[in-house]
Amino acid sequence: MFPESFTFSIADWVNDWVDKLVTNYGDVFRHISDTLLWAIVKLEGLLRVAPWWLLLAIVGLIAWHATRKIITTVVIVGLLFLVGAVGLWDKLMQTLALMLVATLISVIIGIPLGILSARSNRLRSVLMPLLDIMQTMPSFVYLIPVVMLFGLGKIPAIIATVIYAVPPVIRLTELGIRLVDEDVLEASRAFGANPRQQLFGVQLPLALPNIMAGINQTTMMALSMVVVASMIGARGLGQEVLLGINRLEVGRGLLAGLAIVALAIMFDRITQAYGQRQQGVQQ
Amino acid sequence: MSKIEIRGIYKIFGRHEKACLEAVQGGMSKDELLGKNGHTLGLRDISLSIEAGSIYVIMGLSGSGKSTLIRHFNRLIEPTAGQILVDGQDVMALGPRELEQFRQRTMSMVFQRFGLFPHRNVLDNAAYGLQVQGMPKAEREAKARHWLEQVGLTGFEKQYPRQLSGGMQQRVGLARALATDADILLMDEAFSALDPLIRREMQDQLLALQAKLNKTIVFITHDLDEALRLGNRIAILKDGELVQEGAPEDILLNPANDYVQAFLQDVNRGKVLTASHALSERKALTLTTRTAPARALERLQERAFDYAPVLDGRNLRGVLTQSAAQRALAAGGRDISAYLDDVASVPASTGLDEVLGQLLREPQPVAVTGDDGEFVGWLSRKKVVQLVSPALDSAA
Repeated sequence: MFPESFTFSIADWVNDWVDKLVTNYGDVFRHISDTLLWAIVKLEGLLRVAPWWLLLAIVGLIAWHATRKIITTVVIVGLLFLVGAVGLWDKLMQTLALMLVATLISVIIGIPLGILSARSNRLRSVLMPLLDIMQTMPSFVYLIPVVMLFGLGKIPAIIATVIYAVPPVIRLTELGIRLVDEDVLEASRAFGANPRQQLFGVQLPLALPNIMAGINQTTMMALSMVVVASMIGARGLGQEVLLGINRLEVGRGLLAGLAIVALAIMFDRITQAYGQRQQGVQQ
Repeated sequence: MSKIEIRGIYKIFGRHEKACLEAVQGGMSKDELLGKNGHTLGLRDISLSIEAGSIYVIMGLSGSGKSTLIRHFNRLIEPTAGQILVDGQDVMALGPRELEQFRQRTMSMVFQRFGLFPHRNVLDNAAYGLQVQGMPKAEREAKARHWLEQVGLTGFEKQYPRQLSGGMQQRVGLARALATDADILLMDEAFSALDPLIRREMQDQLLALQAKLNKTIVFITHDLDEALRLGNRIAILKDGELVQEGAPEDILLNPANDYVQAFLQDVNRGKVLTASHALSERKALTLTTRTAPARALERLQERAFDYAPVLDGRNLRGVLTQSAAQRALAAGGRDISAYLDDVASVPASTGLDEVLGQLLREPQPVAVTGDDGEFVGWLSRKKVVQLVSPALDSAA
């Protein structure tokens, strides 16, 4: 038995802190969440209003541009068509909107953080353990405070998704920049490139294959959060899975699960193909 | 005034370089510094002065600090102590913006492992320095094309560096450096990664370009043949210290210590030294084709010479022997032009190994001529032998 006298708890302290945060900064968080909500509702509305064939055509074009393979393109478009055919098109669009916004936010946060931590060993030594914690901490733990701060719905779902999905893009951006050939960077410095020219002209382009791999990982991890997100009120495919589980409707859950897989295949093939193409140019 | 002047450069690698400086200036050795303080001595008290329009070679084995030294010129590495002056301007006093300007305009650099941008094609690589300067696209591409043509890469503009051979990649590196029109070219073992034939070709190309452009070139190499071939002056580094500095033949003929001597051992002297190094010290008496026979004979007898070179303007026409002079006098000729004997000559830039062959075939005196055929002096047989085989000489 662990001696009673040695025990202590930070639980109360954390509770107090979150309470204070909610009371004092509730308005700020509300404002952030309103802006975010506006963006995601618009995107979702757009995706759901747009004709299905147009969206399939756009996905097909992007897939073709990325992979340059007919078979891959046909398979991706075919899978999405099947998802629509089993009656999950609307849910698919809701999930897609959530995914796109979460990935976009992850990239907007992740790439600059990756760049900064590639430049500063100190930041890196703080950030890396933090990322480990973010990835291993059970997501329900931070779902609670996030729900307290932002309420139920799409916003906490996106924030929880971003927390879980942002580490790979940070890590791989950092790795990519650190792996840039020292000789090449020195050459750009020798010709008088300023830090901005070094970053955008040399470091980022050369780190792009790694950054794309990071974005790929991030989208995959965001997808894996879809079901959890539905528990705090995000609608879409995750909600279908949840309903299937709750009502013991195995078929319903399986169909929605397969639809998520189809979405995953689409994101994976497209981002991977862009990453590989970048690598091809360099080697 | 010299183009580049560096004074008392020290470089110590480590966390507390300034703190160790005093100990090093006090005479602490490289090994002692590493053992006691865990710091590495990169350079110790280097002072050099580089003339405008010359090729200045800095030579040493790997680890001698030569690549560290060249990076001080444009402050890719900051010295621990010391002064760097370019055109009389103190480079150490430049702020970050000014330093970028300085690197863009005044110095450009060619790297051992090329340092090309793998994601840019050849044209964009060559135009990089100009792009950094902010030159509009059309203008910089025209300039880059011009310099690619100068290095013989027309037609490769749209290729990527990985598609080119090593020699061609380094040509791109050279074009990129030349395109900025900087006065000073820093070349860090630029040809060391190339195979011998290509290296030779690149050296020739560099010399040809230099004859046209007259830049100030600082060239780093570990290859003495290359150093002697390119350098107007050579500095030799060892363990971060300057061992010897001078004109190539000074170093070859008077090595400062065993280290330099060891360097020189494998040099093919016959290729490096030329006829101009083996001129006879005897002050030559020169006659012209218009000289009267009586005057010519008088001057020959005056100095007890058997023969003298005869010039037409500055060009060597032939040689006049005493007996020919007497014949001319007896025949009552107006001048000596009809009584000349042919004379063997070699250009001043001929390698001594070739000269040696000629000396063996030719018992007659051999004249040395300059680029335009002008008479430079007589070849000294004794000197040729001395220079080609110093070991034989010292054994005798």
